[in-house]
Amino acid sequence: MKGRYVTTAAVRPSFRFSHKQSVGLVFLCTFFGVAAQYLIKSGASQLHTSSVLDMIRIPSLVAGYSLYGISTALLILALRDGELSLLYPVISLTYVWVTVLSILVFKESVNAAKLCGVATICLGVTLLGTGSRR
Amino acid sequence: MKTPLSSILYVLASSFLGSFGAVLLKAGATRLHRELRSVIYNKYLIAGILTFLLSSYFFVLGVRKGELTVLYPTLALGYLWTMLWSRMFFGEPITKRKVLGIGVILAGIIILNLGNR
Repeated sequence: MKGRYVTTAAVRPSFRFSHKQSVGLVFLCTFFGVAAQYLIKSGASQLHTSSVLDMIRIPSLVAGYSLYGISTALLILALRDGELSLLYPVISLTYVWVTVLSILVFKESVNAAKLCGVATICLGVTLLGTGSRR
Repeated sequence: MKTPLSSILYVLASSFLGSFGAVLLKAGATRLHRELRSVIYNKYLIAGILTFLLSSYFFVLGVRKGELTVLYPTLALGYLWTMLWSRMFFGEPITKRKVLGIGVILAGIIILNLGNR
């Protein structure tokens, strides 16, 4: 009976996002993405072995990957409905946020090569987006 | 703090595996029907999720030491692998614009790693 209910629910026409909604959703995902990286990096720093059992005992690692999973699922939904040339530049913002986070929170070193490298990667991802027609 | 080469190699392995995960998920997604069975017994979907987990394992090993400013953007190399696998497995065209985009991403990763000092 339960299985039947699930089947019926799946048959319902699926919803679609407008282009504007897709961009908004991807923008939101970039913040989920940076939050996940914060948690993963914080958790990984506490890890002293390479054992999977030790990894799953670190709460911030588990939380970070759960957030990453949610963000990936939302990203797939947005990519399905949106225009890639519009969405790829937005996705590349995650690189910017992670760089800002690393410098401000983890006090990592800043230099011209790092900043120039991140900007170039964002440009490359944007170009890739404009080259992908659906 | 300089990011050790071992961390960079772990992250590169993670991005390589992650691109395979994406291929498997896509192969699984095209085999979905409107019933739960096609999700649960979908071996491509399961293999895709397992590959992503393995990719995450390597990423965690990578970011244990070193700087996120270097390691996180290095993941972008995955775009290169994804383009190659999309051509190989799904026959997606490799356009000039895509090659240009990947070239610029590669240049960015190299410039970024020059800043690893």
